[in-house]
Amino acid sequence: MSIFPPKERLWWNEPIERSEVLWIGLAFVWAMIMFAMMPFWHLSGGQNLSNEAYRVVPEAYGQKVEAAAAKYKVGEDKASGLPIVRPPVGGDAYMLGRTYEWWPILELVKGQSYRLHLSSMDMMHGFSLQPVNINIQVHPDYEHVLTLTPTTSGEFTIVCNEFCGIGHHVMTGKIRVVDK
Amino acid sequence: MTATNEFRVCPDTGFRVHLPAEALMKVNAVAAVVFLLIGGIFGLLVALTRWPAVHLLPADLFYMALTAHGTDILLVWVIFFEVAVLYFASSVLLNCRLATPKLAWLAFALMMIGALFANYVIVIGQASVMFTSYVPMRAHPLFYLGLILFAVGALIACGVFFGTLVIAKRERTYEGSIPLVTFGAMVAAIIAVFTIASGAVILIPTLLWSVGIVSYIDPLLYKVIWWGMGHSSQQINVSAQIAIWYAIAAILFGAKPLSEKVSRGAFLLYILFLQIASAHHLLVEPGLSSEYKIWNTSYAMYLAVLASMIHGLTVPGAIEAAQRKKGYNKGLFEWLRKAPWGNPVFSGMFLSLVLFGFLGGITGVTMGVEQINLIIHNTIYVVGHFHGTVAVGTTLAFMAVSYFVVPFLWQKELVMPGLAKWQPYLFGIGMGFVAVFQMGAGTLGVPRRHWDMSFADAVLKFDFSAAAYLMMALAGIFSVIGSIGALAYILIMVGTILFGEPKRAAAKAPAPAQPSAAESVRHGSAGTLEVPGTFVLALVFLTTFVLYYYVNWKYLSELWLMK
Repeated sequence: MSIFPPKERLWWNEPIERSEVLWIGLAFVWAMIMFAMMPFWHLSGGQNLSNEAYRVVPEAYGQKVEAAAAKYKVGEDKASGLPIVRPPVGGDAYMLGRTYEWWPILELVKGQSYRLHLSSMDMMHGFSLQPVNINIQVHPDYEHVLTLTPTTSGEFTIVCNEFCGIGHHVMTGKIRVVDK
Repeated sequence: MTATNEFRVCPDTGFRVHLPAEALMKVNAVAAVVFLLIGGIFGLLVALTRWPAVHLLPADLFYMALTAHGTDILLVWVIFFEVAVLYFASSVLLNCRLATPKLAWLAFALMMIGALFANYVIVIGQASVMFTSYVPMRAHPLFYLGLILFAVGALIACGVFFGTLVIAKRERTYEGSIPLVTFGAMVAAIIAVFTIASGAVILIPTLLWSVGIVSYIDPLLYKVIWWGMGHSSQQINVSAQIAIWYAIAAILFGAKPLSEKVSRGAFLLYILFLQIASAHHLLVEPGLSSEYKIWNTSYAMYLAVLASMIHGLTVPGAIEAAQRKKGYNKGLFEWLRKAPWGNPVFSGMFLSLVLFGFLGGITGVTMGVEQINLIIHNTIYVVGHFHGTVAVGTTLAFMAVSYFVVPFLWQKELVMPGLAKWQPYLFGIGMGFVAVFQMGAGTLGVPRRHWDMSFADAVLKFDFSAAAYLMMALAGIFSVIGSIGALAYILIMVGTILFGEPKRAAAKAPAPAQPSAAESVRHGSAGTLEVPGTFVLALVFLTTFVLYYYVNWKYLSELWLMK
C-alpha cells in the first residue's frame, strides 16, 4: 500500500504491469509528437512570434514613434483626437503603449507585411488585438519588432490585457486594415 | 530517545501519532481553512464583478480583491495545507517523532505573520498590484516583506520535514524504503525549496527597490525569475495532490501501486523537470529566444507531462486492481460503479483526478505551446486553466483528504454527513464549469484581470460578442455554486472541530491495516491487461487530448501571418 513501505524490499526488481508499459509507450510517443510540433511550425507555419528585440530607453522610443507618426500621418480620429498613421507598405510601423492608451492609430493594407514595433513607456501592457485575438506582452525598456501581415480587413481594437493600473480597463487602441 | 507518552495510538487506523506533530498539523490545517475562507470570499466578489449583469465592485476594490484572492488561494491556503501534509507524510506515515517541533512552530509563526502583513497591506489598498506584482508597478514594501516572511516560514517547514525523514531513517522507525506517499511529499518539498529560492532571488531585491535602495529592476528579468517561483509553486501542489490521490486509494481501498518502480519513476521525473516551465508565462515576451521557450515550456520534451499521464493511469489503476481483487470483476467498469461515490473522501479524490486531467492538464499543455499561446496569453482562458488545476485539482483533493484527516486528528465524528456527501460534487462541478466557461470566453478574446469588458468609459469602444457575455455570465453563475460548495466544506470542517461528537469506538472508516502477505501476492494472470477499465479511460483521455491539441493548431493557423 502506498502509505506503507513497499512490501518487497527490492521493489525496483518487480516486473511492470503490461498496461503500464503500453501506456508509457503511448504517452511517450505523444510527448515527442508534441515536442516536434513547435519547431515544425517554425519551419512551415505562418504564425510565429519574432525573437527580434532591442533594449531601448522609453523616451527614445517615444521620439521614434512620434517622428514616424508625424511623417506618415493621414488624418485624425474624431472621437479620440489620436493621429491616424499609415506606414509605408513593407516598412516600419510604430506603436507604443502607455497608461492608458495605445498610440497612434495605425492604418494597414490587407495582405501587405509590416515591421511592427512595440514597446511601453511605463508599465507592462498587454497588446491584445480583437476580434482576431492576437496577444503579445509589451514591456518597457524592450522594443519588440515583428513582421505582421493582416489577412482580414476592417477595424480592430487593441485591448490592454496586462493589468497596468486603475485605468487599465479603459486602455484601448485601434488598427484599421483597408483593402487597398 | 523519545518519551512514549508523546505518542497516542489512533484507535481507528492504528497509526501512532506524535502529539507535538499532531498539534502542528492541526494549527496548519486550521490556518489553511481560514485563508481558504478569506480568499474564497474575495474570489466570489471578483466573480460577481466579472459577471457583466452584476458588476458588483467598483474598479479599485475589484483590483484589490483580485490581488487578495490570488495571494490567499494560490499561496497561503495551499502552502499551509501542504505543510500539514508534509508533517503527516513524514511523522505519521513513518511512525516517527517530528524533528524540532519548536522550529516548526517558528515556521508557522513566520508564515502567519507574513500572510497577515500581505493581507493587511492589500486590504488597505496599498498593494493592488495583482499577485504577480510585475515591476515597474510598485506595492507597499510590507507586501513584499509579507511574502518573504511567508516563504522563509515555508522553507523552515520543509527543513522540519527533511529532518524528520533523517530521524526516521536513523531510528529505524520503518523497514525498507519510505512509502510512496511520503516519497511524493518529498518531491513536493524538494520542488518547494527550488521555488522558495527563486522567490528569494527576486522578492528580496524587489523589496529593496520598493524602499528605494535598489534603483532599477529589469521587467523581463523580474518576470523570468518570479515565475521560477510562481509556476513551480503550483508544481508543489501537483506533487502534493498526487501523493494525496495515492494515499486515498490506499486508505479507502487498501490499494497498492501497480508497480512501485513506475510510480516512483514518474515522481522522479517531476524532480528533474517539473520545476522548469516558467516559460509558460513568457511565450509572447520580447527578448527571449524560441529555443529557450520551446525547451522550457515543454518541461524538457514533455517528460513531466509524461509523468503526469503515468500517474493518471496508475492511481485509478491501483484502485481498479484493488476492487477487482475484492470481486468487483464484472465487465470493464464494475469496480468504478461500485466505488463509494457517497463518501466525500472518494468522490472528491476521483473528481479531482478526472477534472484535473481533462480541464487543467490538457488545456495547460495546449496553451503552453509556444505558438498557440498567441491566441490565449492573458485572456481569461488562462484563468479558466488554473481553476482547472488549482480549484478542481488541488483544492478538491485537499478537501477530499480533509474528510479523513480532520476526524483523525481531532478524534471527532464528522458533522453534517449528509451535506458532506454532496459537497465535493457542488464544489467540483461548480468550479469545473467556471473553468470551462472562462476558457470559452478567453477563446473569444475576453481579457483577464479586467474590470469592464464593455469598455463603457473608454474613448475607443469595443464590443465583445454576445457569446462572450453569455460565457462570462455562466462563469459567474457557476462560481456562486462553487462558492456554496466551498462554504459547505468550511462549515463541515469548522463544525467538526468545534462541535463534533467524540469519535465512537467502532471504526467507521475502513482501517488501512498492513495487508497480509497473501493479499499482496500479485493477482490476475500474466500477459493480460490487469486494469482494462482504467486503460480504456486513459485512451479516452489521450483521444480528447490529441483532438483538443490539434483543434487549437487549427485556430492558430487562421490567424494573421506573423514572423
